[in-house]
Amino acid sequence: MLSVLTDNWDLFRDGFWLTIRLFLVSAVLSLVLGTILGAFRVSPVPALRAVGTGYVNTLRNTPLTLVFAFLFFGAAKMQLALPSPFWTGVGALTIYTSAFVCEVVRSGINTISPGQSEAARAVGMTFIQVLTLIVLPQAFRAIVPPLSSVFIALLKNTTIAAGFSLAEAGAIPAAMSERGENQLITLVWITIGFLILIVPLIFLQRWAERRTAVA
Amino acid sequence: MRMRHLAATVGVAALALTAVACGKEEPAAGGGGGSTASDSCGDLHKFTTAADVNVAGSPTFTKAKTRGNLVVGVKADQPNLGYKDADGKRCGFDIEVARMVSAGLGLDPDKIEYKEIPSANRETAIAGGEIDYYVGTYSITDKRKALVGFAGPYFVAGQDLLVRKDDTSLDAGKEALKGKKVCSATGSTPIQRVKDEQLTEASNISEFKTYSECVSQLLDNKTDAVTTDDAILKGYAATAPDQLRVVGKPFSTEKYGIGVPLADKAIRDQVNTILEKSATDGTWKAIYDETLGKSGSPGTPPPLEKY
Repeated sequence: MLSVLTDNWDLFRDGFWLTIRLFLVSAVLSLVLGTILGAFRVSPVPALRAVGTGYVNTLRNTPLTLVFAFLFFGAAKMQLALPSPFWTGVGALTIYTSAFVCEVVRSGINTISPGQSEAARAVGMTFIQVLTLIVLPQAFRAIVPPLSSVFIALLKNTTIAAGFSLAEAGAIPAAMSERGENQLITLVWITIGFLILIVPLIFLQRWAERRTAVA
Repeated sequence: MRMRHLAATVGVAALALTAVACGKEEPAAGGGGGSTASDSCGDLHKFTTAADVNVAGSPTFTKAKTRGNLVVGVKADQPNLGYKDADGKRCGFDIEVARMVSAGLGLDPDKIEYKEIPSANRETAIAGGEIDYYVGTYSITDKRKALVGFAGPYFVAGQDLLVRKDDTSLDAGKEALKGKKVCSATGSTPIQRVKDEQLTEASNISEFKTYSECVSQLLDNKTDAVTTDDAILKGYAATAPDQLRVVGKPFSTEKYGIGVPLADKAIRDQVNTILEKSATDGTWKAIYDETLGKSGSPGTPPPLEKY
């Protein structure tokens, strides 16, 4: 069973390395975009709220494969120039995941009592200041567990990219089949690989929970 | 006041963004690959079902006989090879071979239950008994022979290039690929060869789940060539002869076999006998001419490799 891994180490190494890169870049970008969208959804401007709501309802209800297909085939049909497959893939993962991050952030914001922002407003803070100095720092404490779930889902969602010119971990079975290797053992190793990748995320969540815990 | 100003600016920017996003999404409803596959299947070859066939010592045959029909693994997205049209009708050279084998085993070819098995799952499907045999551009390799049995080969193909009809820059074949974009199926042998022989730069290689998606990228100028076995490429070229053509400089040999369960030597021998007979009595030639032969290139049955 070990030989299936060691004989094809190049495939597994390259595949998982691409998975990790896709995950890290999309995680950071979707955290940023998701937080901005979350701010949109609680902003005092109706137009921004509408944009945030529309974005979330559209992207959250679109299968990720379809988001990929829009970017890889739909854009091509329109003769739109897109960046390399890697960045197009990051784009698809980011615009999809940020819709979920947005809702998590919004739920966190809603845990902060309105009295806090009213008090901040009363001492003359602007909306941006209220959000970044008062509400979000407290909100992030509440959203650590659900946010971790969103990112673990993102890690597994990267396998969708295998069908779109990104030879990451999800593409390993196809290459292994061509090499005539045992498919079941291949899948077992891929599962182990993902478990290994998820463990640090769990520790990160624990650390963040302790870090932000109220004494 | 200042805040309102900022909010308005952000709002306009966001609206502009969504407008772009909408523009991107609209045409994709009809996109997503497979745009070339609009042809529908014609009439299938008529086979005479053999009577009183018994394959002694074959669990696969016994199971199929009790069931009353065969379960065959095929592909569905390869025009003129293994194809399913919009009405659910199947046709192509591989389908005809599957039907010919069924008739030779004494089971009505019209009753075959087809299963579309992705390339990566073929060995699992055969070993797990999900299908009785597999006919779908399945190359015979030594590694695979350790996992499944192969009858045949029933066809010999070679890796070639599919290009846009007006593009002559790749007419020299694989040597001209340097600096050109090339597309093939994820993890497939042809794309592995392009990588191993460094025929083009790694950044120029794109891999999609199906060849139809690659052909869609080719027609949209996102890639310069689609590479795989010439049999598959000719099938696509035949669906859009005014837009696509095959270069015609094959640079490999792929022997297509019929995948059967590893331990079932009896069924493998029986399928080989059926293939042998079809080569001599003209059936092979007839079904080739009705399918792949429409591309204009002639074909002859290859010698079998029994083991």
